[in-house]
Amino acid sequence: MFDKNEITELKKKMIEWDEEKVQKTLNRFPERKEQFTTVSNKIVDRLYTPVDIEDINYQEDLGYPGEFPFTRGVQPTMYRGRLWTMRQYAGFATAEESNNRYKFLLDQGQTGLSVAFDLPTQIGYDSDHSLSQGEVGKVGVAIDSLKDMEILFKGIPLDKVSTSMTINAPASVLLAMYIAVAEKQGVSADKLKGTIQNDILKEYIARGTYIFPVEPSMRLITDIFAYCADEVPKWNTISISGYHIREAGSTATQEVAFTLADGIAYVEAALKAGLEVDTFAPRLSFFFNAHNDLLEEVSKYRAARRLWAKIMKERFGAKNPKSMQLKFHTQTGGSTLTAQQPENNIVRVAIQTLAAVLGGTQSLHTNSKDEALALPTEDSVRVALRTQQIVAHESGVAETIDPLGGSYYVESLTTEIENGAMRYISKIDDLGGAAKAIEKGYIQKEIMDSSYEYQMQVEKNERIVVGMNKFKIEEEAPKGLLKVDPAVGEMQKNKIDQLKKERNSEEVINKLNALNKAAKGEDNLMPYILEAVKSYATLGEICDELREVFGEYEQSVII
Amino acid sequence: MEKTIRVLVAKPGLDGHDRGAKVIARALRDAGMEVIYTGLRLTPEQIVQAAIQEDVDAVALSILSGAHNYLLPRVVDLLKEENAYDDILVLGGGVIPEEDIPGLKEKGIAEIFTPGTPTQVTIDFIKNNLKK
Repeated sequence: MFDKNEITELKKKMIEWDEEKVQKTLNRFPERKEQFTTVSNKIVDRLYTPVDIEDINYQEDLGYPGEFPFTRGVQPTMYRGRLWTMRQYAGFATAEESNNRYKFLLDQGQTGLSVAFDLPTQIGYDSDHSLSQGEVGKVGVAIDSLKDMEILFKGIPLDKVSTSMTINAPASVLLAMYIAVAEKQGVSADKLKGTIQNDILKEYIARGTYIFPVEPSMRLITDIFAYCADEVPKWNTISISGYHIREAGSTATQEVAFTLADGIAYVEAALKAGLEVDTFAPRLSFFFNAHNDLLEEVSKYRAARRLWAKIMKERFGAKNPKSMQLKFHTQTGGSTLTAQQPENNIVRVAIQTLAAVLGGTQSLHTNSKDEALALPTEDSVRVALRTQQIVAHESGVAETIDPLGGSYYVESLTTEIENGAMRYISKIDDLGGAAKAIEKGYIQKEIMDSSYEYQMQVEKNERIVVGMNKFKIEEEAPKGLLKVDPAVGEMQKNKIDQLKKERNSEEVINKLNALNKAAKGEDNLMPYILEAVKSYATLGEICDELREVFGEYEQSVII
Repeated sequence: MEKTIRVLVAKPGLDGHDRGAKVIARALRDAGMEVIYTGLRLTPEQIVQAAIQEDVDAVALSILSGAHNYLLPRVVDLLKEENAYDDILVLGGGVIPEEDIPGLKEKGIAEIFTPGTPTQVTIDFIKNNLKK
């Protein structure tokens, strides 16, 4: 971006500055630390100048928003056209209670829904299964059958909202339920907008709600790609997630690297299944974390965008620019919140919100201050949503596109993260791809090492976490946390008993048998799952059929 | 020579948040203990069986799913049924609200470590509270 002579001159001047000014100052006032690093342990220099980005070619490396390589953003007008979608992840207890929370959030100006399911639902067990004891309705809403799903979206017109569902192993079942509810509302599938997470690889790596082994899981995913391309064209069929990788303790570079490596694995699986890259790639979406290290995070999103664009174009030969656009949802980092002095978390979330917005996110969930303690209350969710609204309407950062683009530091760090991620991806390629690297425990081990290193830095007070290892106070236990009624488990069990009496059990058995047979063959499973769902077969029954055919995943344990 | 302390680190229930469990497992190992980490999704029955088979001195249970009030006491009860509770120290850690802690201790969990606890605190607690 700069003239060669200019750079040579600058380098000379910098040596002078260092000798004449910096050294003198250092002699009198040493710096606070010998070495400064980002939260991901990247060394941070004293000053960044054009010298640090002399190799950047504006047109090739940055370009214009909405144009390859999309470093500056995926849309030509970004937030000047439309603000990001403010989407709070919510759900707990029963479908009735969660339905109330969704209506509250929509009343407060939220623009999209995001459904949290409880663990039994995420792992394909009904609420009356022995492994579900104590877990029903705890981390999200319990959904056992289409009946619950009908209640969950009661009074919410599915052609008007977009809905994100954090569901992975049984994603096809929940998507089928959503399609069936919409049909009952008179809304056809081609009008539905939303996202299913549907990212099994990161479940093996970091999040843990897997059911089936790798191969049948990849088949379920590519079946969804193919089905939605024809029937639910506006649906984002996967949200390839770095969020949980970061929560598990990875660095920013690892977050980008492992997420994109997973992305590559999905694209390869879909190609292998015979799909054409430009038919499914535009519906791939991503999900990243937002930590406190503001400038590193902004650089991370920019690096991820540029790298994915190149991968899609150069490695997979995509022709449609939409296939090259990395669109992403962001959630502020749960693991950055402290149980101590929880009010401080509001400030952390505000910084993370800025990071996501300055990084060009398409949608955002802001965590509530009490989430290191329990599920959030209505009041604390409101503050979290207001944080986004303040950044959107008062801070001014949404008025121009990629305002930090061109910063010597941000551009330099963007390139550094991209290069670091590329090195990881080629290492993963050498291991045989993301699935193999997970099987060998490589990715888990890399994350574990980073996580442990960070923990030790905090414990040695080399990293300050305000209120936790410095600036501590004596505090009383916080009051008014959200409690899920333990009776939810019983209520769900009763609902299942009732359902099983009312439904046409012969039809259920027929549909389940048809699914079982299809799973043994090669048909796309989505239509069979949709049929089973409509007959009011339960989530557990459907997943049991698939368990019988596919078997279950066994974790490689790494510490 | 002092006997090496053996600890089972386990994730009860369906919860997949294992960052804390893994950090604790490694920290205990670095502190010279023998650590068995079970991986995810263990039932209380499986945990108790592993604890007895491995002849451990302590069981450290990590849980962030909110199911602690059911799953942690269940492990204690099963250890009692197997006559192993008198030998094995049972600890809990994770996102566990302050108000639930007295109840859990009453049911036989020796200590609960909440977010922000330095690993050294857990290490010291185990060393100072072994039952045998």
